[in-house]
Amino acid sequence: MIDRIWSILHARNIEFLRDRAALGWNILLPVLLVIGMGVIFSGDGRAMFKVAVYQQSVDIDLTAHPFLQTRFINFYAVSDLDDAKAKLARHQMDMLINLAVQPTQYWINDSAPKGYILERLIASDEISDFDRGTVTGTAIRYVDWLLPGILGMNMMFSCLFGVGYVVVRYRKNGFLKRLKATPLTPFEFLTAQVLSRLILIMLLTSIVFAGTSYLINFKMSGSYLALLVVAALGATCLISTGLLVAVRTASEEFAGGLLNMITWPMMLLSGVWFSLEGTPQYVQTIAGIFPLTPLLDASRHIMLDGAGLSEVMPQVIQLAVMTTVLLAMGAWLFRWQED
Amino acid sequence: MSAVLEVRNLVKEYPGLTAVAGISFSVDEGSCFGMLGPNGAGKTTAVEIMEGIRSATSGEILYQGKPLGAEFRAEAGMQFQFTALQDHLTVLESLKLFHGLYKHAADLDELIETCSLEQLLDRDNRKLSGGQRQRLLLAIALVNDPKIVFLDEPTTGLDPQARRNFWDLVENIKKRHTTVLLTTHYMDEAYILCDTIAIMDHGEIIARGSPESLLKEHFSDVIIELPREDFNVASENLPWTIHQKIDSVEISVASVSEALARLLELGVGIDRIKIRPRNLEDLFLELTGTELRA
Repeated sequence: MIDRIWSILHARNIEFLRDRAALGWNILLPVLLVIGMGVIFSGDGRAMFKVAVYQQSVDIDLTAHPFLQTRFINFYAVSDLDDAKAKLARHQMDMLINLAVQPTQYWINDSAPKGYILERLIASDEISDFDRGTVTGTAIRYVDWLLPGILGMNMMFSCLFGVGYVVVRYRKNGFLKRLKATPLTPFEFLTAQVLSRLILIMLLTSIVFAGTSYLINFKMSGSYLALLVVAALGATCLISTGLLVAVRTASEEFAGGLLNMITWPMMLLSGVWFSLEGTPQYVQTIAGIFPLTPLLDASRHIMLDGAGLSEVMPQVIQLAVMTTVLLAMGAWLFRWQED
Repeated sequence: MSAVLEVRNLVKEYPGLTAVAGISFSVDEGSCFGMLGPNGAGKTTAVEIMEGIRSATSGEILYQGKPLGAEFRAEAGMQFQFTALQDHLTVLESLKLFHGLYKHAADLDELIETCSLEQLLDRDNRKLSGGQRQRLLLAIALVNDPKIVFLDEPTTGLDPQARRNFWDLVENIKKRHTTVLLTTHYMDEAYILCDTIAIMDHGEIIARGSPESLLKEHFSDVIIELPREDFNVASENLPWTIHQKIDSVEISVASVSEALARLLELGVGIDRIKIRPRNLEDLFLELTGTELRA
């Protein structure tokens, strides 16, 4: 049995490593994404509001009004008032201020929440009823927060498409039919596929992890061992999901559609790009059933908060249970080919 | 000789189509059994059920007296009509992949020599010619030193030279006392390689036996062939069955000497005459009333 698993595993690894284009893409894409997002969102903080300012001069003069010194607002000059009003109507900006007249005029879009908040900001020069307190702490850059998301997302695409699609291709071109004629069992075949992808994705992710660490020096405060366990388990869970997609069909288009249907909600709802903090409960519940969610939660907990394995145990257990169920279903439903 | 494979009342039905309509036969150990028939006769479906690749609607397949199972998969070698291999692997890597799937496997060096693959070992399996690819697929079919080998139309699409080379390989396999089950729509191939043939048409076996005995059973005559322009007499007065072809005339005769004497008497020029025994092509025509569509 071990010999047979090894044969398939070895051949699959060769196939993967010789497919240079796919291999390069697997390494290059996450690095580019992390660096790109890091550059775009670097700086002290992101501006929360966009306010267009109309005044006599072409360049904006931020000393013209005390409001223009408010932090986290992106003030920019406009030269055509009517054009700016049209943009405001289309929600392309949050507020428009006219400093060329006395008294100063402003417009907001009645249906825009940000406009409402800006208006309140102008109205309240001071908050007299509250005592002011501040907290300080090391800020987590967006890129620190984003990195586990990108690595997890890359893992997801690689595991789902790399396994699901490949098995469907094998079935379509008749390679599975040829394997069926040998003593190889579905369990051995599936095990080899899982192991092959797991080894390769862990290797690639480690390379990307080390590379981006060198380039942008992101935050890693927890245990590497815990991160390795979580990543390996998450990858296995994602691979099992991919296998489940590929148990029967010989249609690459159908499999592609199905894989897209699975990956897109995960990409949007599992917290790759933004935190699910504060989203409605049902969104979080839906996100909780995706394998990517516990993987990202646990990784961030380890990397950003310095959590150990015991602290991410709920996610580890969730991933382990999901993996077991998905793999069992995959092995049970698997067919080499249509009769 | 004992039967290594037995097929009993095999039926395969698809919606609106009966691909195999109840066939039965047995294959003797060490023999070469040929299934012969035009495209669409049901040969491949029948063979794939015998290989354990497809399920039968009804009927039974026994290997060494038992239903197909792990023992069969370990001891059978197969070459499908269309076999896909894994991309990006060389010839040697493809062989090793399958070699590793069997507990009892053939010696790789010997296999490479048998199938003349020495010069191709490092070549990507997608860059082989038709004949080279068939030799690799044959080597894969033999990688477990099988007791029975299934070859499904192994020479279709090969040039005459490559076909002849492939026949030599099959003759070598037969010498090792390996049972061979071959499907083909080439009559000459079946005649040369097979000890027993079963002629299939529309999912049924319409004749079975050794090529020689089948021909003897159905024909007692030989064919005399003359160019059309040399045959300048009225055919209706002659005692033979005469088949007019595009540029020739085929005359079926019981005795060649009598026929030649008669033709000379009639003044027919016989300088360009050809005499041939009946072949499987004629048999197929006789049995089905249609020519074999190659």
